Amino acid sequence: MAALLDALLLRSGYNAALVAIGAALLGSAAGAVGTFLYLRKRALVADAITHATLPGICLAFMGLTALGLDGRNLSALLAGAAVSAGMGLVAVEWMTRRTRLGEDAAIGAVLSVFFGLGVVLLTVIQAMSQGRQAGLQGFLLGSTAGMLYSEALLIAAGGSAAVVAVVTLRRPMTFVAFDAEHASAIGIDVRAVDFAMMGLVMAITVIGLKVVGLILIVALLIIPPVSARFWSEQSDRIVIAAAALGAAAGYVGAALSVTAPKLPTGALIVLFSAALFVLSLLLAPARGVVATLLRRQRFRKAVHLRQGLLSLAHRERILDGLTLSVLRRRGFIRRDGVATERGLKAAAEALRNERRWDIARELHRTELATSELIGLAPIDTVLTRDEVAAIDRRLALSGSKGVA
Amino acid sequence: MGAEFVQLSLVPLLIAVLAAVACALPGNFLLLRRQALIGDAISHVALPGIVAAFLITGRVSTWPMMLGAAGSAVVAVTVIEAIRRLGRIEPGAAMGVTFTSMFAAGVLLLEQSDTSRVHLDVEHALYGNLESLVWLGAKGWGSLVDPAALAELPDELPRMAVVATLAALLVVMLWRPLMIATFDEGFAATLGIPVRALGLALVVVSAVAAVAAFSAVGSIIVIAMFICPPAAARLMTHSLARQVGWSLVFATISAIGGYLLAGYGPGWLGFRASGSAAGMIATVSGVILTLACLFGPQRARTMARTSAPGAVPEA
Repeated sequence: MAALLDALLLRSGYNAALVAIGAALLGSAAGAVGTFLYLRKRALVADAITHATLPGICLAFMGLTALGLDGRNLSALLAGAAVSAGMGLVAVEWMTRRTRLGEDAAIGAVLSVFFGLGVVLLTVIQAMSQGRQAGLQGFLLGSTAGMLYSEALLIAAGGSAAVVAVVTLRRPMTFVAFDAEHASAIGIDVRAVDFAMMGLVMAITVIGLKVVGLILIVALLIIPPVSARFWSEQSDRIVIAAAALGAAAGYVGAALSVTAPKLPTGALIVLFSAALFVLSLLLAPARGVVATLLRRQRFRKAVHLRQGLLSLAHRERILDGLTLSVLRRRGFIRRDGVATERGLKAAAEALRNERRWDIARELHRTELATSELIGLAPIDTVLTRDEVAAIDRRLALSGSKGVA
Repeated sequence: MGAEFVQLSLVPLLIAVLAAVACALPGNFLLLRRQALIGDAISHVALPGIVAAFLITGRVSTWPMMLGAAGSAVVAVTVIEAIRRLGRIEPGAAMGVTFTSMFAAGVLLLEQSDTSRVHLDVEHALYGNLESLVWLGAKGWGSLVDPAALAELPDELPRMAVVATLAALLVVMLWRPLMIATFDEGFAATLGIPVRALGLALVVVSAVAAVAAFSAVGSIIVIAMFICPPAAARLMTHSLARQVGWSLVFATISAIGGYLLAGYGPGWLGFRASGSAAGMIATVSGVILTLACLFGPQRARTMARTSAPGAVPEA
């Protein structure tokens, strides 16, 4: 427990602190970019890009070793990763544009073939460097154990750069993600923005390779935006919420993974992100499951209350259990089902409200069509006093006509 | 090319070919139905189930792992449906969340469990270990008719054979309804074809093929073979029957070529090592797909779909 607290408070070593901060920055950038990708329906392209990094990493390692240098130089490996990720992206675009294959087939083909080639290279490297640990496996699922200071610094710096880039490009990306045609009409170069978006995905992938690993990094681009969607209906706020959720997952996951052996960083970050998703799904104020259930329950009771009161007013027998219990709880009927004084008064009020609503529906047909409050709420809480007065005049008129 | 070949290479080669064919057959229809990424999905989801089966039984054995994979596939489908219904989230996003989370859970389980005694790790799940499926009981070609030696065959081989046969049976027996439903679901429904049941059968057979291939040879082959051979075949012809034929040819070439290249290729380049056969099979299928993209006779998107011969047969 103490180790856990230490890790969360950045007290388990300078490197671990740098990595946790870097992962938080990475998570926030990934969450924000992921939101744009999600709106632009390109999240799976990111999956192809991330898997396509593997051959680049391996080739960079082999190249460095062939030149007699240290093959584990992180910046060189990441540069290799970026180059082959770029080639993967070009391959997806080329295949979708030039042939009649769909984008899903292109994504799957690039993902599996690049990854397969990477695995071949990886196994060749392993077989050649027997005894010496090349450490390239760490890029598959992320490993922050035994990370060098310079590597941690690179990740923190890369994370900050990605955040800055997202903040700078957020306006055009929002426009393009929502409505590419409108964006192009107001003079935004959609192709350039798309290119920048994919460039950011590539940057995030490359920075995240060492922390999250190439197999799971796409989760950072998918889960936070989907979770953030529960918290708001406004795009700006969804982007910010996704960035916050991603940052929290990155920070906690990276910090926790140093507290015990055999806790892979990438898997922890993704699982924590998934936990935040479940919380959002259940507890978000407007779209969450709990809120929806409560709202539905309230609505049901309101409907039963109205039906019950109208039945009382019409002196009909009430058989429905829920209606009876709603009326009883409010003191509108006694235990044996006979209406109380208050119940009769409320019933008369409900009947008047119902008649007023009948008129209101005729008078304000279009404005009222969409509101779910129609007929349930007391009419003077929805319409103005003048409008209610107008309705009452019509009611009196039709009432006198009925008598005559 | 004698006893050593039979002992070390024949069985892995056969398993590779059977796995490639079992995945490529349903892959043809998945490709046309725009469900090509289903292999990717299944291989992500199966991991926690396979690890859980290992933790419960304590052994790396076939049937518990298949059951575990099937169980986690059912869990995944339920979770996706729950997220979609409860959260009003699009199916694609719900799938993305579920697959990545389940895979992460599988990785964590795997790292936490004590699997050092047996060969079960993340790398194994990703790219299998085709090379290790050797036939130690074989002494030469004669062993093919020797019951004692045959009994020592790795049980991945008969299992893959059964699954490949199952896939072939599905395609052959349900050919007409499957073809009509794939190209025009509405038309198929008016003919009284049970469209939903057919789609479900296709997905179930794909899942069985994926899980069987996954536990024998790793997930890369599964993802690559579901997509690359059918995609390359689609660029060769307009006829579905010929497409399926081409895809089988491509799958077989990939499996054999990839296996041999992985064994001997690095040596030709001067490396004293061999590469992963599973990875190489995926690579070869990618080379075939690239060639088809460049030179395939029907690669362009110009022909109207309805005039394509074989698109909809005359009733």
